[in-house]
Amino acid sequence: MLKRFKLLIKLMRGNRLLYLGSIIFVGLATLLSLVSPLIMRFTLDNVIYEESVDLPVFLDRIIRGLGGVDGLRRNLWICGLALLTITIINGLFQFIKGKWSAKASESIAKQLRDDLYDHIQKLPYDNHVKAETGDLIQRCTSDVETIRRFLSVQLVELGRAIIMLFAAIIIMLYIDVQMTLVSIAVVPIIFTFALVFFIKVQKAFLKADESEGRLSNILQESLTGVRVVRAFGRQVYENDKFDGRNSEYRDLVNKLIRLLAMYWSLSDGIALFQIGLVVILGVYRAASGQITFGDMNVFLSYVSMLLWPIRQMGRILTDMGKTLVSVGRIQEILDTPGETQDDDSVKAPIAGDIVFDSVDFEYEKGNPVLRGLSFKVEQGQTVAILGPTGSGKSSLMHLLQRLYDYTGGSITIGGVELKKIDKRWLRRHVGLVLQEPFLFSKTIKENIGIARPNAGDQEIFEASRIASVHSVIEEFDKGYETPVGERGVTLSGGQKQRVAIARTIINNSSILIFDDSLSAVDTETDAAIRKELKKRSREVTTFIISHRITTLSEADIILVLDEGRLIQSGTHDDLIEQSGLYQRIWSIQSSIEEGQAEDEKPAI
Amino acid sequence: MSVFEEELYSKKVDFTLWKQLLRYAKPYTKQLVFLVFINVLTGIVDVFFPMMNRYAIDNFIVKGSLDGLGWYAALYGLLVAVQCLNVWFLISVAGKVEVFMVYDIRKAGFKHLQKLSFSYYDKTPVGWIMARMTSDAQRLGETISWGLVDLAWGFSMMIGIIIVMFSLNLRLALIALAVVPLLVVISLYFQKRILGGYRDVRKTNSRITGAFNEGIMGAKTTKTLVREEGNLEEFKDITGSMKAQSIRVAITSSIFMPIVTTLGGIGLALVLWQGGEGLLGQNPIIGVISLGTLYAFITYTLQFFEPIGQIARIFAELQSAQASAERVFSMINTPLEIDDSPGVRAKYGDSFNPKRDKWEQVGGDIAFENVSFAYKGGDQVLEDFSLKVKAGETIALVGETGSGKSTIVNLICRFYEPTGGQILIDGKDYRERSQLWLQSNLGYVLQAPHLFSGSIKDNIRYGKLDATDEEIEAAARLVNAHDFISRLDKGYDTEVGEGGGRMSTGQKQLVSFARAVVANPKLFVLDEATSSIDTETEQIIQTAIQKVLEGRTSFIIAHRLSTIRSADRILVIVDGRVIEEGSHKDLLGKKGYYYRLYTNQFLEEEGARILKKQ
Repeated sequence: MLKRFKLLIKLMRGNRLLYLGSIIFVGLATLLSLVSPLIMRFTLDNVIYEESVDLPVFLDRIIRGLGGVDGLRRNLWICGLALLTITIINGLFQFIKGKWSAKASESIAKQLRDDLYDHIQKLPYDNHVKAETGDLIQRCTSDVETIRRFLSVQLVELGRAIIMLFAAIIIMLYIDVQMTLVSIAVVPIIFTFALVFFIKVQKAFLKADESEGRLSNILQESLTGVRVVRAFGRQVYENDKFDGRNSEYRDLVNKLIRLLAMYWSLSDGIALFQIGLVVILGVYRAASGQITFGDMNVFLSYVSMLLWPIRQMGRILTDMGKTLVSVGRIQEILDTPGETQDDDSVKAPIAGDIVFDSVDFEYEKGNPVLRGLSFKVEQGQTVAILGPTGSGKSSLMHLLQRLYDYTGGSITIGGVELKKIDKRWLRRHVGLVLQEPFLFSKTIKENIGIARPNAGDQEIFEASRIASVHSVIEEFDKGYETPVGERGVTLSGGQKQRVAIARTIINNSSILIFDDSLSAVDTETDAAIRKELKKRSREVTTFIISHRITTLSEADIILVLDEGRLIQSGTHDDLIEQSGLYQRIWSIQSSIEEGQAEDEKPAI
Repeated sequence: MSVFEEELYSKKVDFTLWKQLLRYAKPYTKQLVFLVFINVLTGIVDVFFPMMNRYAIDNFIVKGSLDGLGWYAALYGLLVAVQCLNVWFLISVAGKVEVFMVYDIRKAGFKHLQKLSFSYYDKTPVGWIMARMTSDAQRLGETISWGLVDLAWGFSMMIGIIIVMFSLNLRLALIALAVVPLLVVISLYFQKRILGGYRDVRKTNSRITGAFNEGIMGAKTTKTLVREEGNLEEFKDITGSMKAQSIRVAITSSIFMPIVTTLGGIGLALVLWQGGEGLLGQNPIIGVISLGTLYAFITYTLQFFEPIGQIARIFAELQSAQASAERVFSMINTPLEIDDSPGVRAKYGDSFNPKRDKWEQVGGDIAFENVSFAYKGGDQVLEDFSLKVKAGETIALVGETGSGKSTIVNLICRFYEPTGGQILIDGKDYRERSQLWLQSNLGYVLQAPHLFSGSIKDNIRYGKLDATDEEIEAAARLVNAHDFISRLDKGYDTEVGEGGGRMSTGQKQLVSFARAVVANPKLFVLDEATSSIDTETEQIIQTAIQKVLEGRTSFIIAHRLSTIRSADRILVIVDGRVIEEGSHKDLLGKKGYYYRLYTNQFLEEEGARILKKQ
């Protein structure tokens, strides 16, 4: 709890002065609002009813300057003006408070959001593979919002309530001790009541929230599954199911509202009772001359002013509990270690031969994914990788971008050990196209140029042409300016892959990796893309993971992986001579050419 | 979920909308009338308290007598009790009206959603509908109930104060309330600006959510492209405008509140000045007043300014409530594109009250007669399409994306209806029977199987709601799902998770097969999955498909070679026409389109299968 509170204070870094300022101003405004009843008291008691009074010297002097009490009585407008002036200054302070606290809390919220976004991007690749997106987004949005709301409104309110309570009590004590004790009699009661109530009602709030979540889940499920609903003619069933959740939520909220109705009516009752007490006692004491009417008015005003913030305090304090929980949840994200950056990493040119020397890799200890992999690729060669699911093909490719670091052996590019090369530098020069690429909700053009902000139109068109997607894009109504995603076109899997290829090759990387990223493209387009790439540069070393025999057969080296081991390697001509995976796939292909697939279908 | 919720506001008051909204308020007329009554009472009591104080001042304090103080205290206590009760009624009744109205609107909305045709779902994102059903419905309920409470309370209190002040001292009342017209104008102006500002903030907020979403979903891609800085810059732009907008709104309300208090201060200062003179008997305009009256005026002036800001806020909110109403009702009022004719409904019942005893048995013959079809505002997909299928036949549809395969299937399911020609089931146009009749006799398995959260048992039972556990198990056994289900810790009671998220794709498919089989439909439609699943499951699924198809008229959008081979007839669809038709062997022999498709696509899958078999 205390640790989280410290974290909250830490979040306010850079804006603490603004906060302090706004609390000071809200304090000043509060004090001024306590002055108004005093002015009225003075006007009524001293000016109108001519009671003598001890005034501080400076006030006494001012009043004398205005012609004394007699002068004031003839010019009552001065009292009115004083009241108005106080109100205006009060308003000015309130304005400054509002502006500063908004500035402070919004700056903190912005900083927090930016930090979160930045940190999430810097998390290691592995975290993103395993991430629970929904939970993460929840933390980044609603938890930040909880903190922001607390900082922007409630914290200052809390300060105000405390200042108000102390200042009012001091002034009241100065006027009449007995009246004071009666006036604040219910304060502890109402405060405890509020606090206990809001802690108790948390459960009801939580229940209602959960029920609302269930309601929207049911709705979402039923809408996304509308085909199933219709296909089985389950409208009535769905309707009943929805109605169940809908009425459950209705009843829970209704119950919650009844609880709140009870709270507010009871606390209103207590507050009114308190005011009544002050009126009756005030009347009694004023009638018997122990206090003046003006005194009683001050008490009445203060009591009304005090009760509202105190009733709110129960809520603010429970909200503070929630805020601290949110702070903890956010801190968990920020505490997850980001990708490490080695200080001594080099930014060597990424070119030359690539040598794998007994490379081992495991995601977790004792569970090897790659074992003792050794092979050499010359610059400009095309390497095809074949292997069953889970054989380690993708992991092998991820190593080349240092998305993961190998755990044993060595990989060198042009003689430089891969682990010594700066990660970001490396990634900029090694183009990796994922099998299921993510396109951003921008225009197609922006998507293609995303890794190369200063790319000209010609470069973008050229890249799309090589990726065989230019003509597809041109056919869209808005061409390259067509937005991708929910508000724009929905691209097919193959189109997405080709856009992803375009955005990768635009960088002219010296190493290109296609992680099964032509799988949704038809065979002819696949061949065309590869041909264009070769035409463009003979210096680019290319790795291709594919199931396609036509793709595999054209490579300079074919690597066959199984259970993390390199079991075969060589050219197409070498491998069709050896019995093994490659040969089997090849033989199916050739036999099918003769239309005999049924008979050649391997025994299952 | 759609992040960008449109927030269009028409300025004009749309009475037809409000009329429709009032229909939802009608069941609660009694409560609403009661609310207004309680509100007036609350307002009156609020006005009464200062009068009590005035009485105390003039009769006890000024006279220095305590006669009747006990009765006075009793009356005070009574008022407190009444007010306590009022508040209780106000909150609980208004709250009840709110939640019940929201419930009703959601209920009506959901019921209509159950009837809307697929063309609606095709062009309306689920997120949009969700927003209508959740936040818009909520806002409507809130506005009607709490808006009414606040308005009634505010107005009754203001009217009460005006009456009392005017009867106490007309001239002083006019002086005290001189600034009110100005306050009304200023309040309306500011509340509108503040609400507009909040609207901008909300919009930017959903952009931030969207950006987080994208940042997290695309994190892997970002890393491979080294795009972190660019993304962060763009993100900072959004959070920057969020900050600027939020501060702007905060400043606007920070200006507004002091203006209200200052105007109140002017009123108060005038009362103190003029009233004070009146108390001293120096004021020729207002005459002589008592101390109690002055006190009452001071209290009333402060009290009067309170509800004005609130009322202005409600009027500004009404505008956004109208926009909510517009969106909700646009959904509820969407006409049904596919609807049974009144005659059909009378004979077979509708989706909610079917007359099952009137339903004919399905034989299984299906015929397309010169069917043409175009999606609304789209190109012609099918033209003059004819096809005869005998009961029990298995038809495989093969063709590229967009060739019209899915359209044919959608037409069979009557998710869409032909725009020309007719589809006959057992020799009768299917529009002469109810939608539910057809769909109750239909088994439908989607390529991306959709399961509902709940147990496996619940999901299979979806096919036949009164299925016994034995029937469920039998269905699961038939499709070879029983083995994997019984291996799970909780067996058939295993929760599948939201959208079936806790199951693998293959498991989901098997469960969705069992779901279709348990209904024992005469017609079967299968949109085969292309997504890769592990070899073992794939084999299981293949055998399951064979079993499911036996004895049913079935249509398969086929991707797997083994499925296609087992079909009685293969239709190769290109641009909405059947260009080749026959068995696998016939078609290969033709060396035409099918042959090319086969060598290009299916062989590759065979290759992939071998890889997975390792």
